[in-house]
Amino acid sequence: MDLERVVVVGASLAGLTAAASLREQGWDGHLVVVDAAMELPADRPPLSKQVLAGTMDSAAARQPLADRIDELDIDLRLGHRVEGFGADDHRIKFFNDHELTADGVIVATGANARWPAPRDELPAGVHVVRTLEDSLALKAELDTAAGPLVVLGAGFIGAEVAATARTAGHDVTMIEAAPQPLARVLPSEVGAAVAKLHRDHGVDVRVGVGFASIDAGPGGRVESVTLSDGSVVPASVVVAGLGADPSIEWLSGSGLSLGNGVVCDETLLAAPGVTAAGDVANWFNPTFGERMRVEQWDHAIESGRAAAVRLLAEAGGDAPQPFASVPWFWSDQYDRKLQMAGRPSGNDEAVVIDGELGAERFAVAFRRGDRCTGVLACNRPRLAVVSRTRMTQSLAWDHVVGA
Amino acid sequence: MKIVIDYDLCESNAVCMGIAPEVFDVRDDDLLYLLDENPGDDLRPKVEEAARRCPKQAILIQD
Repeated sequence: MDLERVVVVGASLAGLTAAASLREQGWDGHLVVVDAAMELPADRPPLSKQVLAGTMDSAAARQPLADRIDELDIDLRLGHRVEGFGADDHRIKFFNDHELTADGVIVATGANARWPAPRDELPAGVHVVRTLEDSLALKAELDTAAGPLVVLGAGFIGAEVAATARTAGHDVTMIEAAPQPLARVLPSEVGAAVAKLHRDHGVDVRVGVGFASIDAGPGGRVESVTLSDGSVVPASVVVAGLGADPSIEWLSGSGLSLGNGVVCDETLLAAPGVTAAGDVANWFNPTFGERMRVEQWDHAIESGRAAAVRLLAEAGGDAPQPFASVPWFWSDQYDRKLQMAGRPSGNDEAVVIDGELGAERFAVAFRRGDRCTGVLACNRPRLAVVSRTRMTQSLAWDHVVGA
Repeated sequence: MKIVIDYDLCESNAVCMGIAPEVFDVRDDDLLYLLDENPGDDLRPKVEEAARRCPKQAILIQD
């Protein structure tokens, strides 16, 4: 197969990394990167932290590859929303009926923040944090808010926003329907330690209770949030940290297999000549022996490169390599740097391997049978990275944690 | 190849150490130590990878 033109759909970290990787592999064809956004998407990690806190200006929150677009000879087309795609003919249809065909396509459209209700039914003052625009809009409202902030959902984004706002002096209530924060990914005793961290800093953490409605006051601005137990929490600003859904609407009817994201094989191949990377890719990770979709910064880089290499391997007739990965992320909350390697579930056994759970420095390993599915380290970066390196070799508990 | 760390940016995430432990070392005091400021060209791919994967983009490579 001749690869004369590759179109990367999505210009965030996964898409730009994929584009750069194509060049680094020596491919010199027509490289098009399209994105619906009017400006190159920002680097995301600072959006719930430094940008929101006002300690980093928006120009500094640009993506690492933003300065290399010309050097990489990327035909960057912003403001180009894709509305249709055919997996058989690789025909990409834009919102304005313009079309583009490609020999290879890399799907990297990421994910969209989940809103608590259709946006036109929500009062003013309700936010998500996904883009630079979101972060700046929230910061502007917090800067002038007279009253408290309510955070819906105690996942990592919610917890970071709560920490940032609380540190800035705002009254913050964080509401989580699960019995503890981070319940989807961490056993409850670890989530309880995170809840305690926020309570120690003065956040009103309410767990095991959902929200029933977001209520507008006179003038149409949010005034309060009514919880599922009937209690009413005053709110000048509301942030929804309810997770994100993969951006796959445009692939409906494309012939690609869609589930929780774009369903790929273990090499990130979704169809002949089509690979996926980043938040949108749902692939079989051979390291863990399970399908997963990972919304993390480092995963965007790793999978972006793997998706590019995979496309070139197919075109060149080379043997495809599985994308075997140990996910890793960090989250800064107050003076704690949480880092996690691996992919535990809330049902795994938590074993403290360093320090004391909830202390300033500690580490917890997660055990499922004879395997270590993850290591969470708090202010122990060396331990986190050593654990990740070991996990890339083997998940055997004795290998990662020691007998 | 000369490596310079911007310690104002570095947050000791230790990603670099996972990729190129011959060059980068984050110790138990949570600080990054540069083991070799002028590594040989055989380490260039690893060092470039570490620079790219640094969440703070705190690793500069001066040729």
